[in-house]
Amino acid sequence: MARMTVNPIYCKGCGLCIAACPKKIIRFSVNINEKGYNYAECFDQDACIACKMCYTTCPDVAITIEK
Amino acid sequence: MAKVLMKGNEAVAEASIRSGCRLYFAYPITPQSELIEYMARMMPKVGGTFLQAESEVAAINMVYGAAGTGKRVMTSSSSPGISLKMEGISYLAGANLPAVIINVQRGGPGLGDIQPAQGDYFQATKGGGHGDYRLIVLAPASVQEFADMASESFDLADKYRIPVMILSDGMLGQMMEPVEFKKAATDAEIEEMGNRHKEWCIHPQEEGEAYHQNQINSLEIDPTVLEKHVMKLDEKYKLIEKNEIQVEEYNINSNNEMICVAFGTASRIVKSAIDKLNAEGRNIGLIRPITVWPYPYATIAKSLHDKVKKVMVFELNLGQMVEDVRLAVNGKVPVGFFGKVGGIVFTPEEIKAQIEENL
Amino acid sequence: MQVIATRPKSLTDTQFTYCPGCLHGVAHRLIAEAIDELGIQDTTTGVAPVGCSVFAYKFFDMDMAEAAHGRAPAVATGMKRARPDMQVFTYQGDGDLAAIGTAEIVHAANRGENISVFFVNNAIYGMTGGQMAPTTLPDMKTTTSPYGRNTDDVGFPIRVCELLNTLEAPYFIERVSLLSFADIVKAKKAVLKALTYNKERKGFTIVELISTCPTNWGMTPVDSLKWAKDKMVPYFPVKNFRDKGVK
Repeated sequence: MARMTVNPIYCKGCGLCIAACPKKIIRFSVNINEKGYNYAECFDQDACIACKMCYTTCPDVAITIEK
Repeated sequence: MAKVLMKGNEAVAEASIRSGCRLYFAYPITPQSELIEYMARMMPKVGGTFLQAESEVAAINMVYGAAGTGKRVMTSSSSPGISLKMEGISYLAGANLPAVIINVQRGGPGLGDIQPAQGDYFQATKGGGHGDYRLIVLAPASVQEFADMASESFDLADKYRIPVMILSDGMLGQMMEPVEFKKAATDAEIEEMGNRHKEWCIHPQEEGEAYHQNQINSLEIDPTVLEKHVMKLDEKYKLIEKNEIQVEEYNINSNNEMICVAFGTASRIVKSAIDKLNAEGRNIGLIRPITVWPYPYATIAKSLHDKVKKVMVFELNLGQMVEDVRLAVNGKVPVGFFGKVGGIVFTPEEIKAQIEENL
Repeated sequence: MQVIATRPKSLTDTQFTYCPGCLHGVAHRLIAEAIDELGIQDTTTGVAPVGCSVFAYKFFDMDMAEAAHGRAPAVATGMKRARPDMQVFTYQGDGDLAAIGTAEIVHAANRGENISVFFVNNAIYGMTGGQMAPTTLPDMKTTTSPYGRNTDDVGFPIRVCELLNTLEAPYFIERVSLLSFADIVKAKKAVLKALTYNKERKGFTIVELISTCPTNWGMTPVDSLKWAKDKMVPYFPVKNFRDKGVK
């Protein structure tokens, strides 16, 4: 069981987590946050392996990983 | 305490250590190298920190860092080195940091020479650094006064959270006069000094202490916030102007025919000339600003009764403090000036002749 | 389920003001993680530079000082000498450390000051809008080298770690990069080591972090990782130069 959550307030839609994720389960949301960024979101939590690669690459510390 | 015969540079260093200063950062420059050398010998003996920095720029920034932790810290230099410190001084003032800076002035501008001068008056009192800030500037006229100003400077710096400058010169730095020192601060007193700024200074988060995230900073990118910050500085400066002016009135009375104004080393020579003239039946007075910021405008204005024919200003420069005198006099009587530059100090005979010529 | 990775304690909740994809945030996080792991948040203080990270004092949850441009190592020296019981670090960019601050970094390193310097190298001046830095690569176009850095005119990029490595006193000198997951993991190790040595009062430690500036390089964050890997790393080798703690 594993989960990655993006805090939409911190996310600036840079896309680094999307590129880093080995399972390719992160995408830009169609929604935007207050600043106008399409924030990142995980669309297949069941496939998440809590590798923390997204967390490690995120420059805004927007991601929380649970296991 | 017995009096000792000591050189100005060394006397102020000794007095600073006794005032509880345990941090000194500086760079060698004539005519104040005796100060840094004294500190190099004595600071380790009291368990303090002496560090010869790579430049005056580095030194003033080390002062900024140490001052940010709430400890008593000082630096010293001479004119060209003080120019290098101007950025750091503006930052110290902007960040409300207490610190002591000693300028042992020499001939300028540029590299100049190593003889005594008073050419940094503008730099010290009108800002030499950028922005709206003030320093408390004390101008000693004897080795004793120079030494006394050490503890005074630290106390004023702490009281108002402001950098304080002692505006000395190569003559006072080099000459030897009898000095009596105050009792040295005890370790307990120094500890207390280090603790009195905990509300704002950088220090460890202690057990039971309220959470703090203190920031030593002069940057306020929001203009409305910066405005508030600078207006608060202004409040502080107005309070200092109200409470901290120091001035000596020498033979000021209701029969003065001329008032002289001079500070520091120049004032001693003017006093000699005045004494001679008054012994010959003249009535000349001297006003000696001891703080050149805040400046004793009111004292000068008050001395101008109907018998005063002229005000003469004597400085070891091309005419700097004379501008403040003109402001004080406000056109009531003529203001004359006589100066000496190149690091040359005028003689009592020259001053006497100037006064007689202007009477 | 347990939280196994989240915002370190030593960072405030304030959102970073860095551009999207700028790796300053990663560097901040690594430093904060290390401070948390070493349990030194209560006694650590840092010096923010002038540069993109001028507001670093808003992001680290501890007492901090702002410094004039380039002066951070001198300010840190003053802080450490005044409060030797605290751990002191500086965080600086290429203009701050390798242009105006060259004297201050060399001498703080030379004295072996017990501080940790985190030097973010992205070969450009970010905050002021993309001018040439001492670390800008040959032929690289910036707003003040619009025809490309002409080495005949303005010389070559400065390799700070190599420069400091000629000094006797420094205890730990390492260059890392933040350009991939594996790189960041290695970078974290170096940052942790530097702060560990700092806590143990071993002496001067510096970590140079090869980083990107998507905005001023005119690239997407993902592309800028590749550009840095292809162009910067060959010039600025990622390696440990000195570790006196290892025989």
